[in-house]
Amino acid sequence: MKTNKLKMMTIALAVALVSANCDNNDDNNTNTGNEMMDFSGTYVQQDQMARPAINTVFIASGQPKDDFNAAIPSAMGSKYQSIFQSRLMALNPAYDMNALGQSAAAFTGLLATDVLNVSTTKKTTFFDGTNVLTGRALADDVIDVELLLIFGGSAGTSNPQLTSDHVDANDIAFGTNFPYLATAW
Amino acid sequence: MKKSKLVLGLSFLAVSGLVLIAADHIDAPSVTGNAADITDMFTFQGQDTNNLVFAVNTQGLLSPNKTAEAVFNENVMIEVNIDNTGDNVEDLVIQAIKRGDKMYFFGPYKPSMTGKSSSIDVSKASGDVAISTYKMNPVTASKNGMKFFAGPRDDPFFFDLGQFQKILGGTATGFNNPGIDTFAGTNVLSVVVEVPKAMLGGSGTLNVWAETKKKQ
Repeated sequence: MKTNKLKMMTIALAVALVSANCDNNDDNNTNTGNEMMDFSGTYVQQDQMARPAINTVFIASGQPKDDFNAAIPSAMGSKYQSIFQSRLMALNPAYDMNALGQSAAAFTGLLATDVLNVSTTKKTTFFDGTNVLTGRALADDVIDVELLLIFGGSAGTSNPQLTSDHVDANDIAFGTNFPYLATAW
Repeated sequence: MKKSKLVLGLSFLAVSGLVLIAADHIDAPSVTGNAADITDMFTFQGQDTNNLVFAVNTQGLLSPNKTAEAVFNENVMIEVNIDNTGDNVEDLVIQAIKRGDKMYFFGPYKPSMTGKSSSIDVSKASGDVAISTYKMNPVTASKNGMKFFAGPRDDPFFFDLGQFQKILGGTATGFNNPGIDTFAGTNVLSVVVEVPKAMLGGSGTLNVWAETKKKQ
């Protein structure tokens, strides 16, 4: 008798649980249960990027850009360093050394492996006068940094007409809290 | 002498078709203008400096008119790759992919395979967030110390691209002061995820890159 009651209760409970699950399933549009969704399959690389403007500055248009987007960083250095160096010398035939003291080979050797170097212990910035390549913050004027390193020579004073685009900030202020990026126009 | 050499060099580039287009905006034929086109990526300390923020932007140069209709694609995963050992091979990934009206996040976790192909380990789900609607307040979510956002944002990139193209084309010899921000007034579709540094490993430095990957 007791056992039967217990059994009945168990069945009732089980039914209730199952119903609850069904309800959840019915409400799936607002449900967060990942188990209801299909995330299976193989996903293949279409685009990649890390440092700003690398593909666009150093890779020729058309198929070479698609090829670079399909490349993985560990294989980039050997394939792209010499290509980047030719581009650099075409952009600035007088290039000798940049403000970081890098020769054309050293500079393009760094750039050819397109990863963003990030510090987990320091301020994160592309370059702030002190920290170099410790991340990329939203407000970093990355184009001026790259122009300076490409055109500015070892003292950063060569080709002054080419070392800044004189657009120094975004058109809207960034937020101080998540998600940080500014509201869309 | 030096100057004319430089101009010559630039003209040569322009003629040879190396036209510079933005951070990575509209950069290649096979991805331009679709959900797989990454325009930019950022990695920086959060408001809480114990956290790092990864922002990946896609579908650049969206005018306000076009922004409402721009959507993430359920077949295109946005993947942040993190190398914490210095060999430029990902040790951890953070994956984001749309299902319905939400963006689902996985990781950071060690992927079963590295390189050009990825799969999603559903047991590594880390959170999800409703995709924010254009012109509405941003919807954010947080779970286990991570924060999540997906939706339209102002393009944070700024650059006088127009003048640079003139320089490359040989019709200008330098930038103007002040310059004109080609990206002013344009939007992108962003995925932003904030992660406690303790989840990322390494001994002080990471190498980070973003990828889009399409379901085969």
